Amino acid sequence: MNLEYGPEYERFRDEVRDFLAGNRHRAPHASQRAARPDAAAVAWQKLLIEHGYTARTIPGEYGGYGAEPDILKARIIAEEFARAGVPAGLSNQGISMLVPTLLELGTEEQKRRWIEPTLRGEIVWCQGYSEPGAGSDLASLRTSAREEDGHFVINGQKIWTSTARQADMIFCLVRTEAEAPKHAGISYLIFPMDLPGIEVRPLKTMTGRAEFNETFFTDVRVPVDQIVGQRGQGWFVANATLGHERGMLGDPDALENRLLALIRLMRDERVGSARAIDDPVLRDRLVALQAEVAAMKYNGMRVLSNQLKGDAGGMAKLIVKLQSCELAHQISALAIDAMGEMGILYSDSPRVREGGTWQWNYMFQLGLIIGGGTAQIQKNIIAERGLDMPREPRLALASAEGRKDVA
Amino acid sequence: MDFGLSSEQEMLGETVRRCLAETCPLDHVRFCVDAGSAVSDRVMAAFHEIGLTGLMVPEAHGGLGMTMLDAAVVAEQLGRAVAPVPFLGRSVLAPLALMLAGSPAQQADWLPRIASGAARFGVAIAGIVEERDGASVRIEDGGLTGTALFALDFEGADHFIVADASGRLHLLAAATTGVEPIALQTIDATRSVGELRLTGAAAEPLADDGGLATRRLRDAGRILLAADSLGAGEAMIEQAVAYAAEREQFGRVIGSFQAVKHMCAEMAARHEPCRALVWYAAHAFDVLPDEAALTACFAKSHTGEVHRFVARTATEVHGGMGFTDLLGLHFWFKRIGFDRQLLGGPERVRAEAAQLQGLNAATR
Repeated sequence: MNLEYGPEYERFRDEVRDFLAGNRHRAPHASQRAARPDAAAVAWQKLLIEHGYTARTIPGEYGGYGAEPDILKARIIAEEFARAGVPAGLSNQGISMLVPTLLELGTEEQKRRWIEPTLRGEIVWCQGYSEPGAGSDLASLRTSAREEDGHFVINGQKIWTSTARQADMIFCLVRTEAEAPKHAGISYLIFPMDLPGIEVRPLKTMTGRAEFNETFFTDVRVPVDQIVGQRGQGWFVANATLGHERGMLGDPDALENRLLALIRLMRDERVGSARAIDDPVLRDRLVALQAEVAAMKYNGMRVLSNQLKGDAGGMAKLIVKLQSCELAHQISALAIDAMGEMGILYSDSPRVREGGTWQWNYMFQLGLIIGGGTAQIQKNIIAERGLDMPREPRLALASAEGRKDVA
Repeated sequence: MDFGLSSEQEMLGETVRRCLAETCPLDHVRFCVDAGSAVSDRVMAAFHEIGLTGLMVPEAHGGLGMTMLDAAVVAEQLGRAVAPVPFLGRSVLAPLALMLAGSPAQQADWLPRIASGAARFGVAIAGIVEERDGASVRIEDGGLTGTALFALDFEGADHFIVADASGRLHLLAAATTGVEPIALQTIDATRSVGELRLTGAAAEPLADDGGLATRRLRDAGRILLAADSLGAGEAMIEQAVAYAAEREQFGRVIGSFQAVKHMCAEMAARHEPCRALVWYAAHAFDVLPDEAALTACFAKSHTGEVHRFVARTATEVHGGMGFTDLLGLHFWFKRIGFDRQLLGGPERVRAEAAQLQGLNAATR
C-alpha cells in the first residue's frame, strides 16, 4: 500500500495549483453551468484545453491537448479543481459520450468535423436512446428509419433527452433493419436538431420541474452518410461508450460535498436550543453515512489503482452506480429527517432551507437510482458479470446489456 | 374477540371511497393543485352531504358523534385518493379540542357551526411536538404573542385552535387584529399548512387542564396521519402491481421478473401489519386511555418508515415513468412524505415513546 503519487506527479500538482492561482479570476461562476455555455464558459474551456486541463488525451488534430493517457494526472486535475472550487472543463453528453464514440468508431471526416467544436462548447448535443417503451430493454427501441433516395426518414419518439431544448445536434439510435433480430437492426445516426419534423416537449418530473424532454420525429430526413459505424451496428457503437455515463453517476467527490452540506445543516438546525447534530440517533445515522462515503471514496482509489495496472476494475467498479446513487438518496433522506417538520417545506416557501434543495435532491436522486440502468438491472449485472451467476431463465441476452431508465 | 371494523365502519369506508372515486379522480386533484388550492369545493360539498364535516361532533350538537376509529377509516380513504380537502384539523382536531377543553357554552356555540360547515377551523399544535426556529406562543397582556408553525387546514380557515407554550389551547378568529397568517409551501400540494404570527391577538382560552387536551389532539393527529399514509401507501402498492402486470420489457411483463415481484411482495409484507396497528391505535384512543399515547407513537413512527419505503419502491417499480409527472404517482409519494414529518418524524416520536415507557432512565 502506497498512497503517494510520486515526485513527478507532485510537480504536476504544483503546476495545476499555480495555474489555478494565476487564472481562477477568469473562471465562470460554478452556478452558470447551463446546457449551452456562455461566452465566459467558452473562453474558460479554451484556456483549459490549451493547458491540457480538459480534453487532455484527445489528439491535437481534433482539437484536444494530445497528451498520453495518464489516469493519475487526470485525477490530480480533478482533485485540484474541486479543492479550489473552480469549475473544471465542460462536461456534457457530447463531450462524455459522443466524442469517445467518434474517436473509437467515427470516420476521419466525422472526427475532423465534430470533435473540435464539441470540445470547445460551440456545438451542444443531446442523446436519443431511451423510448417510452424501451428503457431497461433499450434494444427493443422502435424509432424507425427507412431509406429513401439517399436519406433515412425517421419516425418515432425519444424520452429523457435532457438537453434537447438547447442542443444543436443529436446522436440517436434508430431501427434501420425492421426484419433483423432486435440487437442487429439498430443504427447510430447524428443529425441537427433544427431539421423539419423534430418537436421537443419538456418532460415534467416528480420534482415539479422539467429536467428532461421528450423528442418526437415525424418524417425527419437525414442523409445516409450521417451514420457512425455501419447500418445495423448501432447497438455495438452505443455500447462502446455506455460505461462513461455510468461512471458520471457515481462520483465520490459529489457524495462528499453533499455530506459536508449535511453536516452544516445538522449544526444549524435546532429543536428548541439543541442542535440536530446533538441528537444521538441522527448523529449515528450521519456517521454511518460518513463511513459508507469513505468506503466508496477509497473504493474509487482502489479502482483507479487497478486501472493503472490495466485491470478493468472488477466487482469494485461494478457496484459503484448502485451504491453511490443509493447513498446520495440516503444522505438527502437524513437531511429531511434532521429538519423534522421543516423537512417538508419546498419551493419558495417561507422558512424553506436552502431553497428546497434537499427535497429536490431526495426526489431527483430517486430518478438517478432508476435512470442510467435501474437498481434491478445493476443487480443483474453484479450477479451475472461480477459473481458469474446464471442468467434468469428465458431472459434474453439483452438483460445485462440493457440500460437506462425504465424497468 | 373480533379484531376488525364493524359493518358500519366498513360501510363508512365504502361510502367515502365511492364519494371520492366520483368527485375526486386524479384529474380533479391536478385541477386543484394547478389552481394552487388544497380545498376542493366539489369534494367539500359532497362531504357535507354525507355529514363528514360533523363526523366527530356529538349528535346533540348536530354531528355524527363518531369515534377515532371511524375517523381513521375516513382518513385512510383521503390518503388513498390524495384528496385536496381539509379534514384532520377542521373536522377532527378542532371539534375534539372543544369537546375536551371547551366550556358548555363554547361547545354550544361552536360545535354546531363546525358540523354545519359554517365555521372553518385550522389547528396549530406543532409547537408542543418540537420547537423550530424558536417559534412559540405565549400569553402577554391577555393576548397571544409569538409564532405558531404548521397550522393544519390553513387555507380558508376563519378560526384557529392554537396551543401556547404551556400546552393550553386557545380559540382565535383569523380576522382578529394582531394575527398575520402566512401560508407555507410543502412538497404536498394537496394539504394546506401555514404559520400564524401573533402580536397580542385577542383569543378565547379553553380550559387550563395542564396540556391534557393538547396531548390528546397530538395523539389523534398522529393516528390520523398514520391512517392517511396507510391509504396512500396501499394505493401506491396497487398501482405498482397493476403497472408491473402491464409493462413489458425483454418480451415479458416486468411483474414476471422475480426482482420486480419481490419488490411488490416486500411492500405488501411491510405494509399489511400497519393496518392492524393503525386500527389498534385508534381504538386505544377511543377506549384504552392508558395505551393511547404510546400506540399513537407506534402507529405514526412505524407507518412513517414503512411508507417511505413503499413510496420509493412503488416509484421504482414504475421505472422512469414513476419519476415523471405523467402518471401522477408523485402525489402519493409527497402525501406520504408529509404524513411522515408532521407532528414529529419517526425519530422524535420514538424518543417520546421511550420516555412514555420510562425506558430512558435520564428522563424519568
